[in-house]
Amino acid sequence: MPDISRPFLSVENLTVNFPTPDGIVHATESLSYTLERGKTLGIVGESGSGKSVSSSAILGLHRYSNAIVSGQIWLDGTDLLQISDNDMRLKRGKEVAMIFQDPLSALHPYYRVGDQIAEAYRAHNTVTKKAARARTIEMLARVGIPQPDRRVDDYPHQFSGGMRQRVMIAMALINDPTLLIADEPTTALDVTVQAQILDLLQDLQREFNTALIMITHDLGVIAEVADDVLVMYAGRAVEYGSARALLTKPSMPYTWGLIQSVPDVTGPVDRPLRPIPGSPPSLVQPPAGCAFFGRCAFSSLVPGDRCAHELPELLPIEAGHLKRCHLEDVSVMYAESVEADRVDTATVEAGAH
Amino acid sequence: MAAPLLEVKDLVMHFPVKSRGVISQTLGQVKAVDGISFTLNAGQSLGLVGESGCGKTTTGRLITRLHKPTSGQILFEGEDIANASPRQLKPIRRDIQMIFQDPYTSLNPRQTVGEIIGAPLVIHNLVPKNKRLARVQELLEIVGLSPEHYNRYPHEFSGGQRQRIGIARALTLQPKVLVADEPVSALDVSIQAQVINLMQDLQKEFNIAFLFIAHDLAIVRHFCPEIAVMYLGKIVEQAPREQLYSAPKHPYTKALLSAAPDIQQVIAGGRRERIRLTGDVPSPINPPSGCPFRTRCWKAQDICATMPPPLEPKGGAGIVACHFPENTSPEDANTPVSTARNAA
Amino acid sequence: MIAFAIRRILVGIVMLLAMVLVVFILFFAAGNPARDVCGKFCTPEKLKQVTQVYGYDQPISEQFGLFMKGLVVGRDYPVDDKYREALAKSNPDLVIHCPAPCLGYSQHDALTVNQDIVKYAPVTLSLSIYSFVLWIFFGVLIGVLAAVFKGRALDRITVGITLVVYALPTFFIGTFLLQFVAIKWRLVPYPSYVSIADGGVIGWFSSLFLPALTLALFYMAAYVRITRAFVLESLTEDYIRTARAKGLRTRVVLFKHGLRAALTPLLSMAGLDFAALLAGAVITESVFNYQGLGLLAVTANKNSDLPVLIGLVIVAGAAVILANIIVDILYAYVDPRVRLR
Repeated sequence: MPDISRPFLSVENLTVNFPTPDGIVHATESLSYTLERGKTLGIVGESGSGKSVSSSAILGLHRYSNAIVSGQIWLDGTDLLQISDNDMRLKRGKEVAMIFQDPLSALHPYYRVGDQIAEAYRAHNTVTKKAARARTIEMLARVGIPQPDRRVDDYPHQFSGGMRQRVMIAMALINDPTLLIADEPTTALDVTVQAQILDLLQDLQREFNTALIMITHDLGVIAEVADDVLVMYAGRAVEYGSARALLTKPSMPYTWGLIQSVPDVTGPVDRPLRPIPGSPPSLVQPPAGCAFFGRCAFSSLVPGDRCAHELPELLPIEAGHLKRCHLEDVSVMYAESVEADRVDTATVEAGAH
Repeated sequence: MAAPLLEVKDLVMHFPVKSRGVISQTLGQVKAVDGISFTLNAGQSLGLVGESGCGKTTTGRLITRLHKPTSGQILFEGEDIANASPRQLKPIRRDIQMIFQDPYTSLNPRQTVGEIIGAPLVIHNLVPKNKRLARVQELLEIVGLSPEHYNRYPHEFSGGQRQRIGIARALTLQPKVLVADEPVSALDVSIQAQVINLMQDLQKEFNIAFLFIAHDLAIVRHFCPEIAVMYLGKIVEQAPREQLYSAPKHPYTKALLSAAPDIQQVIAGGRRERIRLTGDVPSPINPPSGCPFRTRCWKAQDICATMPPPLEPKGGAGIVACHFPENTSPEDANTPVSTARNAA
Repeated sequence: MIAFAIRRILVGIVMLLAMVLVVFILFFAAGNPARDVCGKFCTPEKLKQVTQVYGYDQPISEQFGLFMKGLVVGRDYPVDDKYREALAKSNPDLVIHCPAPCLGYSQHDALTVNQDIVKYAPVTLSLSIYSFVLWIFFGVLIGVLAAVFKGRALDRITVGITLVVYALPTFFIGTFLLQFVAIKWRLVPYPSYVSIADGGVIGWFSSLFLPALTLALFYMAAYVRITRAFVLESLTEDYIRTARAKGLRTRVVLFKHGLRAALTPLLSMAGLDFAALLAGAVITESVFNYQGLGLLAVTANKNSDLPVLIGLVIVAGAAVILANIIVDILYAYVDPRVRLR
């Protein structure tokens, strides 16, 4: 039953569990978000936060593992978790496509790149080999590979890292998908190449009006491309809102910690990094309360032992900006670091003379 | 003026490329490091940045003498170790240690942490047997791990903890120089800062000189007051960080900086234009004539193809290898990158 | 590629020469080989004569040189020049010319080693090829199926059976098949080798069935397990995820993307296993009493027939070296990243 009012992509209460000999790994717990065509959602998190697992579920890749998935994934009026394996296969690569982190291992080493791209096209279109090849060359040209008619017959190892990622993008976009999931697409690349790839992705997104999910651990990348941002920690969304609101007014201590722990190329040079102490909790036996409890510097400001015992809900703090945190007054977070920054800046200036 | 702790002069590393005939011939050379010079003083940090294939990792391996350089000098406390034999190197290896990028593969999975950290003590036979454990536990404590964990194996630790073990191993012999090759790039963001802070504390406490090799401009800027930018085996610019980041002189440095995503700028206001570098880094087997960057440079003229620009001062504190450097007039020096015009 | 092959063959020849030299030295270190030729009622005079006639009195280096010369230009037996010239006049039939590449002369069999090997090789060659085809086809097929159905009944049963079969000695499998399949149940006629020339392809084919199956079962058990492991490993590769993300059918993902990668390491194993078989499957040939190179080797060893043993060493070594070169060339053909140097 197609629902007109539903957003283009609506992930609702998505839960992904993996049974293992050590117990059930709660990779993603009741995750919900929406995305419209032409927009970019950035999903930020560290390894094990569930950001990749939840996105693979949109592609239905969990169907080939022992994962237990529940919830709903509505794409253009269809719940992708309800359709048959074959119907999902027909959507995969056609309506939803994915780009992976390491283009060298994501491409088959034994086949020519042209054949691998054409394969994606022929899986969803009844065309001749010749037509598929022509379309492949056209796509290679579109993603900025020089001499595409010659390079179409090369093998993946004959390309540089950036060019390989362009090949992956060409493969993902050859069927004009409406949703593109990019899983750390630039992590394995150099900065100047990363900039090229991000530009290319944004150009293509504009051209094809694609909905884009950008999974990354790099807040800088998020800042460059995302409209909305979802911050994930230990399998759950902990903060969700527009990129601007989230980066300028982070409201969950984890988001704040991420921003504070990353050095930048413009701020004061001697600002000490404020790392988040400790490491993430086990996904097999998640803590009873807030998953960030124990690493959080502000849990003592919350009355009682709520952070330790009661899982905070993901609640709006203003229109379109949600956080999963018991801390009411976020200004204490900013106050502390502004104080510290002022001291740092003062020492730098004093030292300069 | 005292001699620098470490001085590198015209260091060259060429790896031969062999042909495929009945009798193999040397066809060419991969010019991984192609004549670089720098000095490192005791307790100082020098950053080496560049993209993959620029020769920064090879430079680190030359200084720790994991490779033998093709030519050039590596003066450590005035003594040239570029051609030293393994026997001559043994005492020097105590003073120059290395921290590796990947904490997962650089620790032997079948050795306990105590054995890994204590191995240098055994090899160099420095501490009597009955005091080795105490030293290992002391080192574990220094890097922020629990001393009781000396009996555990690497797989029982997280990535950040493993990197701490790698650092402890490097510290065992109380080195004077630490070569840190991408020490945090394999770690999660929230863990990176922990390890960076640890290394900074150790540097202050033990007066260690760091050669800090990384591709992440922000981290290098944070760690090193002096930074050298490498491209195709050569240093193209070297300057104090304040100048390098606010007023880069080499077009490549400028492009590199403008390509680095930066949250603070977005928070401060809007997005900025990037300088788009087109194409890839040329092959180090057959680098361009003249200036190595000229094939991707928007300012390149005829002279760039014929004459390699010398690495020399062009106003300000640093040195730059460019015929047409940016930001040379004094008032330019305060122009932030964010307002620099997109030249592409 | 040709340059590669030539270089590898040159290296292979040097290795073979080294092998032959080692075998030479080892055999002569064991004592005077003439003693065995001399026979039961050997007198010291006769022994001295035999030693001289066969050239065993010359230093090893000299004999090695003569052997090498024989390989290149051929040679005549008996070795001692004066004796042979005398014999040529008195009894020309007893002078044997061994054309190049001469591997030696077996006094015991009264044949040149080349003739010996040519006589025994067809059985071994037939047996090797036959069982090779059987075990590769079924081993890989069952291995892939086990990998696809990993953890389910089919996989568990397969893994269990292969473990048992792999643990059984070849002579047991051979004897079992012979006793039950051929003798007791009479499902097949009692196996004895029939060449294509004598019995046609069908006769040849059916005569080899049991011994080939014996050999194949043993290797098949190993190949099922190895194929299963390689396929399982390749299914965890990122490019398999890419193939699925493209929306390809499971069949295509498995066979085109998964199996292709798993086949490469199998290729090098299969090449070496086949080459090793060419030296003779001693146990299988003994159980079925098939006159192959394995039996030749056993017999020669029993009789201390030095020339035959050296000849077999050379043939086996050459087979392994050649198989290695072929595997490397095939490897470069299968995997575009491999360049032959």
